[in-house]
Amino acid sequence: MSFDHDAWEIVVGLEVHTELLTRTKLFSSAINEFGGEPNTHIDPLTLGLPGSLPVLNEQAVELAVRVGLALNCTVQRSVFARKNYFYPDLPKDYQISQFDLPICAEGSLELPNGKVVGIERAHLEEDTGKSTHVGGGGRIHDAQHSLVDYNRAGVPLLEIVGKPDLRSAEDARAYVAELRSVLVAVGASDGKLEEGSMRVDCNVSVRRRGDTELGTRCEIKNVNSLRSLGRAIEYEAARQVDLIEAGERVRQQTRHWNEDDGRTHTLRSKEEADDYRYFPEPDLVEVDPGPEWVERVRAALPMLPAARRHRLSQETGVPLERVALVVERGLDDLCLAAVGHGADPERTVTHAEHNLSDARAGELDPAHFAALVTMETGGELTATQAKTVLAEMVETGGAPAEIAAAKGFEAMDSGELEGIVDGLIAAHPDEWQRYCEGDGKITGFFVGGVMKATGGKADGKAVTALLQARKG
Amino acid sequence: MSPFSDALSIAASVRRGERSATEVLEEHLGRIAEREPEIHAFNLVTDGPARATAAAVDAAVAAGEDPGPLAGVPVAIKDNLCTRGVPTTCSSRILEGWRPPYDATVVQRLAAAGAVAVGKTNLDEFAMGSSTENSAFGPTRNPHDTSRVPGGSSGGSAAAVAAGFAPVSLGSDTGGSIRQPAALCGVVGVKPTYGLVSRLGLVAFGSSLDQVGPFAHTVADAALVCEVVGGHDPGDSTSLPGAFPSVSEHLSDGVAGLRVGIVTELMGEGVAPDVAARVRAAADALAGAGATVEEVSVPAVTFGLSAYYLVAPAEASSNLARYDGVRFGNRVDAATTGEMMTATRTAGFGDEVKRRIMLGTFVLSAGYYDAFYGTALKVRTLMRQDFDTAYESYDVLLSPTSPTTAFAFGAKTADPMTMYLNDICTIPTNLAGHAAMSVPFGTGDDGLPVGVQVLAPALGEVPMFRTAAVLEAAAHAEGGAA
Repeated sequence: MSFDHDAWEIVVGLEVHTELLTRTKLFSSAINEFGGEPNTHIDPLTLGLPGSLPVLNEQAVELAVRVGLALNCTVQRSVFARKNYFYPDLPKDYQISQFDLPICAEGSLELPNGKVVGIERAHLEEDTGKSTHVGGGGRIHDAQHSLVDYNRAGVPLLEIVGKPDLRSAEDARAYVAELRSVLVAVGASDGKLEEGSMRVDCNVSVRRRGDTELGTRCEIKNVNSLRSLGRAIEYEAARQVDLIEAGERVRQQTRHWNEDDGRTHTLRSKEEADDYRYFPEPDLVEVDPGPEWVERVRAALPMLPAARRHRLSQETGVPLERVALVVERGLDDLCLAAVGHGADPERTVTHAEHNLSDARAGELDPAHFAALVTMETGGELTATQAKTVLAEMVETGGAPAEIAAAKGFEAMDSGELEGIVDGLIAAHPDEWQRYCEGDGKITGFFVGGVMKATGGKADGKAVTALLQARKG
Repeated sequence: MSPFSDALSIAASVRRGERSATEVLEEHLGRIAEREPEIHAFNLVTDGPARATAAAVDAAVAAGEDPGPLAGVPVAIKDNLCTRGVPTTCSSRILEGWRPPYDATVVQRLAAAGAVAVGKTNLDEFAMGSSTENSAFGPTRNPHDTSRVPGGSSGGSAAAVAAGFAPVSLGSDTGGSIRQPAALCGVVGVKPTYGLVSRLGLVAFGSSLDQVGPFAHTVADAALVCEVVGGHDPGDSTSLPGAFPSVSEHLSDGVAGLRVGIVTELMGEGVAPDVAARVRAAADALAGAGATVEEVSVPAVTFGLSAYYLVAPAEASSNLARYDGVRFGNRVDAATTGEMMTATRTAGFGDEVKRRIMLGTFVLSAGYYDAFYGTALKVRTLMRQDFDTAYESYDVLLSPTSPTTAFAFGAKTADPMTMYLNDICTIPTNLAGHAAMSVPFGTGDDGLPVGVQVLAPALGEVPMFRTAAVLEAAAHAEGGAA
């Protein structure tokens, strides 16, 4: 399915639930850990046993505040509320959440492309257990029986509600990726979408370009990767456009993304939505961390991805949009240190962007990295050689000069290269004729020949330049 | 004056080695054996574990150790307080057979003080009621007249003390569930300030109203039990910091100079004249002991009942959602999960519980929240303000605990509203989060006990207990003279 993106605009707002990396659960001392044998990370409160009471986990509050501050939110006095509904994986048959007074309000997140997305709120709530339906193809309706694992029940979640400021599937992916970087940077989450420690619900609507009113939105659940996020939004937008163009209307619904058939399916209609009967949780008191505590948390925050991008761009002169990947890989400190050792900023960032995807790249000795860049810019190594040496440096931690020497990489004498090129031209007059007539495809023949003759030591660019010069 | 030994004397003699805890226990178990079939104060008598505990107390004394301030004192525990490994039913079919894996904080503290738990007492199902007639396991009878109710919801705990089954017991009070049965059974009953006694392990009814407290023959025993079970508990987020106020040391301070207000709104319509007369007699006794006594108006108390029947059912509807048959308690199987939950709850809950769940679900519903629950919260604020105003001029307030003496079985079951009106005097204290206690003060025209309620502001336990001690002495003097 597709539609005319020039005529229609997609509007997306995302709600991201992230599990917080606390030692224990949000309201009890049961352990917060992914996996484990079913029903082993439990205690009376996790099971909702009569007489059990919640006690707020201070670490969860601190992580929520860290995220809030990282998202430029106001941290405010907040109140827990009960969200009442019956479901077997919800042990108390109500979820303790925050309703009208969330812990974090009104913030923003800057994407790598410079767009700023509004954050409406971020609130704390407890996770549910997990149901497994046995028989009937794993679907609740046809199941013979259901099993419930309460290990996840009560795990602290932070629900981050973004404003409908996103205008494309690409923006939405960038938002989630950026949010993930922020959550990981402040130590709030491990950012694993696939394991469910981050879960994304997307609200999608469409409108004709130029319209100012928002269209009717649908909420899509079960989006478990950045890839499916993009696919689900594109599919859903196209579905809505088709409906409108066919003269029908979009109904407000909750829809389920099916990875296998690449479609969204109706889960429930909002018109028959549950009434959650929210009311203030009487077993807890309000949370008011106070400005002093909040400022202490703020002071302890690490540098955030957006700030790192601006710093790297400013200090290297490389445009903002090109440094995003380097920062995402956590190589900005390495690059800046290498530049401090005298490396060319542009080449340094380029290597980090293209040649340092290895997870161990962060352990590179900045002085070695700088030495390598300088060898390259000084003409001692070709770009190809530099890449090879760099890979070896990541692998072994060795110094570039020694690796280059061991590989027999040394700057080629330009006279020697000219001799080889001229010899090749003389040996292949037909091919040279074609080259001179402008057959671009034959260039590779000559470059490859030179590489073969020099054992890969030649600089490809230098060879091309020589060929051009000989053509006259 | 009670014919039974009080907890302080028992503990003193056990600690001194004059009586053994075992001997004390057997005396009480003997009375239970004799009268319990008639009274039905207990859902379960834990005589086996009690004998083991008493033996341990005796061993400690023999080893020269001090078992604690309640050494060898038999205690009865309301069956909505969790007891490790011992069935805790809330007098409901839905929890029949459930054994909690933990003790309530108050139960732990009693045990640590050397008390001997003798059993779990009957109550109105999930503490919803004022007569113990709503128990799924049959009503408790008033030891003073077995044709009458003991009050409720802690009727079993009140009757257990009145019948001499235990010198002290624990109850819970959401809208009067300690004070009203205390009044009807002629014993002392205390509802401490909200947050002074841990709710951890108390099966929740109305979480913002529930508070655990003691029944006793004497004001001094009630004070001691409060001090033992009360004080901060990190496991209850609404628990106040610090220990329970030291009330015992002030019991002989008297009331000279204390300012006492009789609540006008709780002395008129709906209150039996003989009960009102006893409150006036109590006021006279206080005046005679040097207190200043006046009438004072606390207008908001008249809205108490309406506000209470919005707040308590709302919280209850949510608190009782967990009884769904999935994880514990009784389950009635059905084809789907939803049908199983419905069948379980339909079979497991009694009528009054269902009535309140439906009421609470309704008042929290979208579109009704502001009109009902929201308004009730405003009334709570108003209630506090009106009390605050009164407490600017008075240290404690006085009223009847219950508008009548113990009534006959079935007298008020036909119309829920008639039953709810029993709690008009006690409910305002819970809505305000304040303290109040009931002290026996003679009898009504029918010869049945009358309780006088002493109300105090939050953390006003010291003047409240001082007042209660003076009333107790006056009642004894009156009884002795009669």
